[in-house]
Amino acid sequence: MAAPIMEPQTAEVEGITAAQRSNARIAWDKFRKHKLAVASTCLLLAIAALCFLAPLIAPYKFDAIDLRNIRRPPSARHVFGTDGLGRDLFTRLLYGGRISVTIGLSAALLGSMLGTLIGSAAGYYGRGVDNLLMRLTDLAYSIPTLPLIIVISAYAGSSIASLVAIIGFLSWMTTARVVRGSILSVKENEYVVAARALGFGDLPIILRHILPNIGNSIIIGTTLGVGNAIILESSLSFLGMGVNPPTPTWGNMLMDSQATMATEPWLTFFPGMAILMTVLCVNFIGDGLQDALDPTL
Amino acid sequence: MAGAGRALVEVRGLKKHFSVGGGFLQRKKTVRAVDGVSFDVIEGETLGVVGESGCGKSTMGRTMLQLYPPTEGSVSYRGVDLAGLSRQELLPYRKKIQIIFQDPYSSLNPRQTIGSIVCEPLTLHRKDIGKKERLELGRELLRKVNLDQSFVNRFPHEFSGGQRQRIGIARALAVKPEFIVCDEPISALDVSVQAQVVTLLEDLQGEFGLTYLFIAHDLSMVRHISTRIAVMYLGRIVELAGRDELFRAPLHPYTRALLAAIPVPDPEYAARNPIKTLEGEIPSALNPPRGCCFHPRCPMAGPACEEGEPAFRELGPGHYCACHKA
Repeated sequence: MAAPIMEPQTAEVEGITAAQRSNARIAWDKFRKHKLAVASTCLLLAIAALCFLAPLIAPYKFDAIDLRNIRRPPSARHVFGTDGLGRDLFTRLLYGGRISVTIGLSAALLGSMLGTLIGSAAGYYGRGVDNLLMRLTDLAYSIPTLPLIIVISAYAGSSIASLVAIIGFLSWMTTARVVRGSILSVKENEYVVAARALGFGDLPIILRHILPNIGNSIIIGTTLGVGNAIILESSLSFLGMGVNPPTPTWGNMLMDSQATMATEPWLTFFPGMAILMTVLCVNFIGDGLQDALDPTL
Repeated sequence: MAGAGRALVEVRGLKKHFSVGGGFLQRKKTVRAVDGVSFDVIEGETLGVVGESGCGKSTMGRTMLQLYPPTEGSVSYRGVDLAGLSRQELLPYRKKIQIIFQDPYSSLNPRQTIGSIVCEPLTLHRKDIGKKERLELGRELLRKVNLDQSFVNRFPHEFSGGQRQRIGIARALAVKPEFIVCDEPISALDVSVQAQVVTLLEDLQGEFGLTYLFIAHDLSMVRHISTRIAVMYLGRIVELAGRDELFRAPLHPYTRALLAAIPVPDPEYAARNPIKTLEGEIPSALNPPRGCCFHPRCPMAGPACEEGEPAFRELGPGHYCACHKA
């Protein structure tokens, strides 16, 4: 139609870019207002920075044994105390975080990506595809995890990448079920029918109309997965399939100290707190992300 | 049919059955949602479709658009049978045939801006133009449906039911369709807003030469907008006639019952002439009655009605009815 302005070209171009910028902008502004999420982002970044800069920061070597100072409570020399071999707990926490945070975040992401893929296919296509994929999910659920891990890691070895892969491939089932359930309800919306009536194929419909509307369940699933992945890594390490001693991870530090929890509580408290803080941060960030991406809020 | 005009859409023996149940050791059951309908939609007309909830009106509309694959029968658009075409083969017809929906809340994606909703059809059907031109077309479409073009950056939840319905209409218009299935487009709206939307639909019909299939259950609104009216019962069309003919001389006992049930906005008249409601419930489409599907509720039913299914035949010029007694 006839544009009311004489130089519509520039005006329109500016209008469009302004509109596009404002979408991301609005989300960012909303995220910034979520104080808990911002604080969590900062804390998580700080944790990550401390861990990855461990060689520069750590006061001791992570495998430096000091048999005259075993099981010392926190003190000025050892801020988080020492473990059964006299190793400095703070140092080990920093080094352990490198592996735990990496595995926790990437395995949870991998798991929820797989789960989203499988759940979307099952929920969207329904019928035979649904039956096949959901029985596969039941199967994956019902196989005891540890024997399966032992078999897989015999082939895959125990690098961090293979640990991420193994844990990711063992933790997609919950997300798959949740995503499938959400899709079953979302796909009945008339905007999905409208997109089909316009001739759009399955992929654009899933990507543009369905997944954005079930983002909440995916985000929640991912944030819960982070804690699980950190713990699962420690089970693997415990079985000798994961990270081997003396390399520390939060998981194996927690496992090693279980027996002495009553007498040397700091050995469980600090790794436990590290896992808790990380998981909490991820949860709050997820929460903030949900709110930021929801246009109705 | 009905004098002038040629058929834009020809529906012949269209059936849509859904199978339900059929778990372990259970027999599958079949819902006969649409069970053999045949009619033409004449170019430029508004064909009203009325019937009770669950009689298959919406399923029929969606099956005509091939949103559900038909179980049997054909839907021809300008002589081309759409049934069985692949998604790619259907694309040129998707531009010609569009749909607008009943629920203005579920018909717009809450995560898309209005501009993105209205321009989305163009990303598929107008690949020749750039993003800038698409947005300009989107603004123009909003103007066509009497909405402010500055709404492009807003989200659906910021709008009222009537405004959202107009956004849905703009989206359907984006591909310049010839035929629009209106699936109860006003039944979820306030009465005052209903009139606005119907007027808009009429204006657009005049401007773009649109043909409508107008599904509704409100007879007075259908009477206002339709050229011809089809009455559906339990997945079948029981009567089809010109609007005035149908209201003046309904032939099917079900049509008569429907017309008698139109509320009259006059309490004294209503008190003197209580509405004679139809006895019984609409039978289940899982297990429709033998013979004429209306016979268990029909005041005129005789032995013949329980035996044979009545043919859908032309009883007057352009007046079709499926009844043994008519």
